[in-house]
Amino acid sequence: MDRNDEHADLTYPKIEYIPKPDKKIKPEIEIEDETKKSRKTKRVALIGQIVLGIVFIALWEILTRMKVIDPYYWSSPSLIVQTGLQVLKEGSLYTDLLYTAGATILGFILGTIGGAILGLSFWWSSLYSRITEPYMVAFNAIPKLALAPVLVILFGIGFNSKVVLAFMMTIIVTALAAYSGVKAVDQDLEKLLYSLGAKRYHVFSKVVVPTSMPWIVSSLKINIALSLAGTIVGEFISAQHGIGRMILYAGQVMNINLVWVGVVVLSILSIVMYLGTLYLEKWLLKGH
Amino acid sequence: MAKLEVRNSSKVFKKDGQTIYALQETNMQVEDKKFVSIIGPSGCGKSTLFNIIAGLLKPSTGHVLLDGHDIVGKSGYVGYMLQKDLLLPWRTILDNIILGLEVKGVSKKEGRKRALPMLQKYGLKGFENHYPNELSGGMRQRAALLRTLFYDKDVILLDEPFGALDAQTRLMMQTWLLKIWEDFKKTILFVTHDIDEAIYLSDEIYVMSHRPGRIKAKVTVNLPRPRNEQTLSHESFIQLKQDLLAMMKEEQIT
Repeated sequence: MDRNDEHADLTYPKIEYIPKPDKKIKPEIEIEDETKKSRKTKRVALIGQIVLGIVFIALWEILTRMKVIDPYYWSSPSLIVQTGLQVLKEGSLYTDLLYTAGATILGFILGTIGGAILGLSFWWSSLYSRITEPYMVAFNAIPKLALAPVLVILFGIGFNSKVVLAFMMTIIVTALAAYSGVKAVDQDLEKLLYSLGAKRYHVFSKVVVPTSMPWIVSSLKINIALSLAGTIVGEFISAQHGIGRMILYAGQVMNINLVWVGVVVLSILSIVMYLGTLYLEKWLLKGH
Repeated sequence: MAKLEVRNSSKVFKKDGQTIYALQETNMQVEDKKFVSIIGPSGCGKSTLFNIIAGLLKPSTGHVLLDGHDIVGKSGYVGYMLQKDLLLPWRTILDNIILGLEVKGVSKKEGRKRALPMLQKYGLKGFENHYPNELSGGMRQRAALLRTLFYDKDVILLDEPFGALDAQTRLMMQTWLLKIWEDFKKTILFVTHDIDEAIYLSDEIYVMSHRPGRIKAKVTVNLPRPRNEQTLSHESFIQLKQDLLAMMKEEQIT
């Protein structure tokens, strides 16, 4: 029986082979280059960011000069730069910045590391974590800045009380974040490690810590603002140096331009810290 | 003496006041270098049995003997691979494979040196320094299996390792597994719910019944080796498949 005869047994499967096309894809077709495309998007975005910044500053300058917005309250970019250069020359801005940046960064680092250790420690015992968790949440809910006057009395009006405030602002947030990471650890991954003869500390270092890392890292960016707020409030209450003290003083003597200098300096500080965390993030999340 | 013996092992637990028999008293004797499959409907206690053998779960009664030594409740004596590949996403393929060595205290550098030739021999050449998310499902299962093999235990438990793969990749992986089994001369225990897979791979098949889980039949396959695609259309393959299908069908009625 001829298999390909249409009138033959219809129930027999029929296989039809389709010949290869003899031509290759025409070279004149334009091939989309994805790397090129994404690089271009990146470049356009960067240009856009710069342009937006320039437009914002220019508008601020123009509108205050035209008195559309009151330069007494809102100052202006040129006045801010002028006042800034002046205090920089006097040398006080430099010292103030050193104090504020030092306290913020130190508090940030101690709070983040301490919080990570605290949050990760909950993996070791579910009983311990269950007993402690509600207290952590409660402590997190306390407006810690309201405790600032007590802390300043306790730790002195100097550098230390600011570090403690920045530390307290960040530790619990980080601990809760790390604890979320701990809760997300894949039970099967733990099982796998035990099947490979692992002890608990192996599971901790090879699974729990890397799993929680994205959670901990996500708290870094929040911690910049929190630690900065802690330091500034501490300086508001009582301090000999620091940008917060400078702003408070400038406000009291109605030197609004100087207030703005402080705000701009703090913004620059937080941007620098933000860029720092971006690098840290890349390093901590290798392979994630 | 059997390589691995499961003696009167059972698992019972209580939940919401109800007593649940996850596994009724089970006896198994697996000879050295055999390929043994366990099939059964889902919820029949296959995984419970495996967890007991792997020492990750303590049975309510009974013992597990490896070379005559009691290993009940002790993990790390047999290799164990689960359905999920469980590769650590933050480690390269090479570093995933040496995980077992690292736990033993071998340095990363030394482990990498030892693992590299094996990786290249068994189909992962060029992927050593890739991260798991850059690999296909089949490749990831390969890496997971090599990790288990590289842990170098005589008995290896595979819990539905190919369950998540598409049919074509699965057949390729089965052939690959047989080759590895022949090269490494291990004793393999293999859980699956795929009857074809069980027959194609195994020397012996244990059939488990629905809850309460127990072994209700032991089948010796006796198909010639080496096996290949032709085995799938072998007369006794089809005969055995029909018998096993009938056995499994009984289970589904309950």
